[in-house]
Amino acid sequence: MITETYDLVVVGGGPAGLAAALEGYSNGAQSVLILERDKELGGILNQCIHNGFGLHYFKEELTGPEYAQRFVDMLRDTNVQVKLDTMVLEITRGKQIHCMNSKDGYMVIQAKAIVLAMGCRERTRGAIAIPGDRPAGIFTAGTAQRYVNMEGYMVGKRVIILGSGDIGLIMARRMTLEGAKVLACVELMPYSNGLNRNIVQCLKDYDIPLYLAHTITDIQGDGRVEKVVVSKVDENRKPIPGTEMTFDCDTVLLSVGLIPENELSKSAGLAMDRRTSGPVVFENMETSIQGIFACGNVVHVHDLVDFVTAESQRAGRAAGKYIAGGEQKSESLLEVQNGSCVNYTVPQKIRTENVEKAAEIFFRVNNVYKNVVIKVTDGDHEIVRFKREHMAPGEMEKITVPKALLENIAGTLTVSVGKEETA
Amino acid sequence: MTELICIVCPKGCHLKVDEQNDYAVTGNGCKRGEAYGKKELTNPTRVVPSTVKIIGGAHRRLPVKTSEPIPKAMIFDAMKLLDTVTVNAPVKRGDVVYRNILETGIDFIATKDM
Repeated sequence: MITETYDLVVVGGGPAGLAAALEGYSNGAQSVLILERDKELGGILNQCIHNGFGLHYFKEELTGPEYAQRFVDMLRDTNVQVKLDTMVLEITRGKQIHCMNSKDGYMVIQAKAIVLAMGCRERTRGAIAIPGDRPAGIFTAGTAQRYVNMEGYMVGKRVIILGSGDIGLIMARRMTLEGAKVLACVELMPYSNGLNRNIVQCLKDYDIPLYLAHTITDIQGDGRVEKVVVSKVDENRKPIPGTEMTFDCDTVLLSVGLIPENELSKSAGLAMDRRTSGPVVFENMETSIQGIFACGNVVHVHDLVDFVTAESQRAGRAAGKYIAGGEQKSESLLEVQNGSCVNYTVPQKIRTENVEKAAEIFFRVNNVYKNVVIKVTDGDHEIVRFKREHMAPGEMEKITVPKALLENIAGTLTVSVGKEETA
Repeated sequence: MTELICIVCPKGCHLKVDEQNDYAVTGNGCKRGEAYGKKELTNPTRVVPSTVKIIGGAHRRLPVKTSEPIPKAMIFDAMKLLDTVTVNAPVKRGDVVYRNILETGIDFIATKDM
C-alpha cells in the first residue's frame, strides 16, 4: 500500500515548511518531500505583497513574495521534491502520510521523520458571534487580501475593519490605496494587537480612525452589507448602551485572530497545548511523538516571518539529526510553565542535554506592561531575570536562558512577568 | 519637538525630533531610526507596494513595489499610474513594470517571478 518513501516529509510549503525542508536537507536528510495544497510554494507570503519582511533574517526589507522566492530559489540547488495541489488527509503515529492529488491519485507515503508546517487559519464571524443580518460583504481580512492582491477582485467600496491585528491594519491601507474608503478600524481591546509601525503607516498615514474599546454590535443589510453599528465597550468588554455609532458601508473585514491548523496533528495523536492550540513541543521543536516535529504558526501564531524561519530551521535541523542518529536523549526533562501575566510558552518542555548553548523560550503576555521584569524560576529559586521597558500581547517575547543555568534543575521552570521589587 | 513612532523595523521606537535643533533625534534604537526621524519631518517617503494586471500568469495580478521610497504626497498619483499597466507573463522579479514614476527616477518593479 505504501507508494513512496522519504527520509523527511514536510507538510506545508509556506515559510515554515520551506525553511524546515532546506535545513533538513543540509543536515542529513537524503530525500525530502514538501506537500503543499496550493498551486505554488510560499503560502500566505504570496498574498502579503507589502514590504517589511526579512529585516532580521536577510537584513533588508522585502515584500512577502520576495521573501518566499528567496527560499524557493534555494530549493533549486537541492534534490528536495515538491508535490503541489496535494491535500494531506491523515498522518499516522507510524509516520505514514495519506494524501492525494489529481495526478498521483491516493498516496500513502512512509517517512522516517515528519515536519508539520500547516500554518494557521483566520477566525471568522461565527467564532465571535457578531449579531445582525447575514448579508454578503463580510470577509476575513486575509481572504479579502487574497482576492485583492492575487485574484484581482475588489471586495468593497466603503469598509469597516473589526480588529486591529496586523492583517486588519495592512488591509486598511491596501483598500485605501485601491480606492475604497475605510471608515474605521474598530478594536475590542483598549490597545491594538498590531505592530506600532503598522498603526502609523497604515492608519495614521491615511487618517483612518482607530476606535479602541469598541466593537460591532449590529450588521444590517438586505443582500449586501448596508449599515454597521459600532458601540463602546466597558472594562468587561460588554457594549455600553447609548454609545452606538452607525456607519453606512458595504463591507466588513474581520481581523479577529488566527488559530493554528491542527487537524492532522490531532489525527496523529500528538499531545496538544490548550494555551497555544498547537502541539506540545520540546526545545528542538519535536512533538510528543519521536521523529515528528512542528514549526511556525501551526505551533503558535507568530508576528514576524523571520522568527518563523528561525524556528523552522531548528525543526529541520533536529529532523535531520533524528534521521541520521535516531532518538534524542531525555534523561532530565523540564516542564516550562507560565507564571503571572504570561499566556503561554514555547517550547513547553526542555530536555537539558539537547540544549546546545542556551534554550530559547518564546511567550506572550496577557496585557500591556511597562517597566517590568521577566523572571525564570525553579520553585522559589530565581534562575535569571530580564528587564523590559514595554511588553504587549501583540508582541511575541523571546528570552535566552544559558544552558549552564539549566543544569542541576529538575521538574518545572516558570516564566513570569512582574514589577521589579524596590529594595 | 515632535514625537514619532519609528516605522523602520517592527520594534517601533518612540522618537523625539527637535525641529529647532537641526532635527536632532532622540529615543532611537539604531542609526536608521535617526535617519527616519529627520526624513519624516523634512521629506516623508514610503515604499508603495501594489499589483498590476498580468496576462498568462499563474494569477491575475502581479505584485510590484516602488524600487525606492517615493514622497508620501505622490502615493495616490503613483497608484493611478498602475491602472494603465498590463504585463504579459513570464515576468522576473526585479523587472521594471513602470519606468520613472512622476519624474522621480524611481520605477515600479515586479516582486515575484510569474
